[in-house]
Amino acid sequence: MGKLTFKAYFDALREGKLLGLKCKACGKVTCPPMSVCQECGADELEVVEMKNSGVIKTFTVIHVAPAGLENEAPYVVCEVETDDGPWLVGRLDIKPEEASIELVGRRVTITGQELPPERHYPDKERRVVPLFKLS
Amino acid sequence: MKRDLKLRDVAVLGVGHTKFGRSPEKSLMDLFGEAALEAIRASNIEKERIEAVFVGQHVGELTDGVSNFAPFAAAEIGLAGVPAVRTEGACASSSVAFREAYLLVATGVYDVVLVGGVERLLSAGTALGTRALATSADGVYEFNAGLTFPGIFAMAAILYSQKYGIPLDELREKMAHVSIKNHKYGALNPKAQFYKKYGDLKVEDVLNSRMIAYPLTLLDCCPMTDGAAAVVLAEASIAEKHVDKPIYVLGAGLSSAGGIYRQRDVTVPMSRVRSCKMAFEQAGLTPEDVDVVELHDCFTIAEIIASEAMGFFEFGEGADAVAEGKTKIGGKVAINPSGGLIGKGHPVGATGVSQIYAIVKQLRNEMEPRELQVHNAKIGMTDTLGGDFGTICNIILSTERRGEA
Repeated sequence: MGKLTFKAYFDALREGKLLGLKCKACGKVTCPPMSVCQECGADELEVVEMKNSGVIKTFTVIHVAPAGLENEAPYVVCEVETDDGPWLVGRLDIKPEEASIELVGRRVTITGQELPPERHYPDKERRVVPLFKLS
Repeated sequence: MKRDLKLRDVAVLGVGHTKFGRSPEKSLMDLFGEAALEAIRASNIEKERIEAVFVGQHVGELTDGVSNFAPFAAAEIGLAGVPAVRTEGACASSSVAFREAYLLVATGVYDVVLVGGVERLLSAGTALGTRALATSADGVYEFNAGLTFPGIFAMAAILYSQKYGIPLDELREKMAHVSIKNHKYGALNPKAQFYKKYGDLKVEDVLNSRMIAYPLTLLDCCPMTDGAAAVVLAEASIAEKHVDKPIYVLGAGLSSAGGIYRQRDVTVPMSRVRSCKMAFEQAGLTPEDVDVVELHDCFTIAEIIASEAMGFFEFGEGADAVAEGKTKIGGKVAINPSGGLIGKGHPVGATGVSQIYAIVKQLRNEMEPRELQVHNAKIGMTDTLGGDFGTICNIILSTERRGEA
């Protein structure tokens, strides 16, 4: 386990703080957390607060949701390249019918949204999802 | 893998395959037993010669309340007592089983083994099936946002469109040709889930079918499927004593990756590039040598991405290649003449061995019906993708033994 558990990462995100792990060897940031630097593999990492902003790289509108999340569909999922480098998967805070290819390249701010837990999800108390809002 | 490792030649003997589709009346074990016994009978070998059983199985826990499948599977076919191992690599589970089994025969641990795979996703229903499959993405940082497999490949399609400057509407039309081709072949294949169905699709049919994860429609997606497949593998001289046309394993690649957000540009999946390089180097072959391919078309865009990363087309040219017919039977390289996952079905744990089954039939010139036979096929290759490019496995098969190096 790294210095930042998934639980600590999401608890911070729910409070609006995006945490990452800065590598003492190469200086790059790993996020979401893992045991080693996602860029160079070194394991001397320190927890840092990242800039809560980035750019949409790609997206989709989920019309058919998995069991347990049916009540949330349709919803927009996207990948965002954060300004500190790492990419994140999260929800985009727009109406699904407003999603179009024009979203790619748009700037967003990053926060956390608490959604109902799901039986197989590792945190049985809560499920915090990165929520991206168009800037 | 060590380059100087001395490997014995290994060949496929008999193969077995259930009719893919909906099998509510057959348990995972019923399906496995059917495919395994067909493979053993076709091998003309005493069952007692089989020294180990390897089974690819992905989500039996969720769909059927079953884990620890391998020992029960060995017992089911009268082989209780042999080492029995389940491999789990999502949709590549049985390709991983095949590769591990191949390496253990090649290195002399065993002489004869059985490899199978099985899954029941159609009987599980769409919502549970979608949830079960989603376990093979990152269960924390991808699943929490509600990302599904169609969603993952939908995002890959948008990345592809952006990277190569192909307007999304134009790309969707090119992607539709993957569905049209694979459904055409699947409609002819009696083992396929969509046998005699969807054999004459038009681009508009694909574009206008129900939206699953924008921009992928239902006809961009492979179906949920129940089914099983199995093969017997043996050291080559043993295989030659038992069957007329042993099909030799020349190369077996396997590679790994983390979530899509770590991989970033999944239009060039490095796990697949590495796995194919490993397989081609072992075989001493290049993509130009391959006559027939069964690759992982879980979605239309997935076939395009795979056809490039495997080396059959330049990056960015795969979409045009399928639209121009270069991947049809008789084209530059025949891709998914069995119907692939889209036309034949995708019983996840069985898919890798089902691909092996299809290539073995091609290389034996036994593909039925004959219009699905690739003329004079000598070298065939499989490609199986597990999760969101997390596991990639590639197998190269041939009518001839490995050339003297």
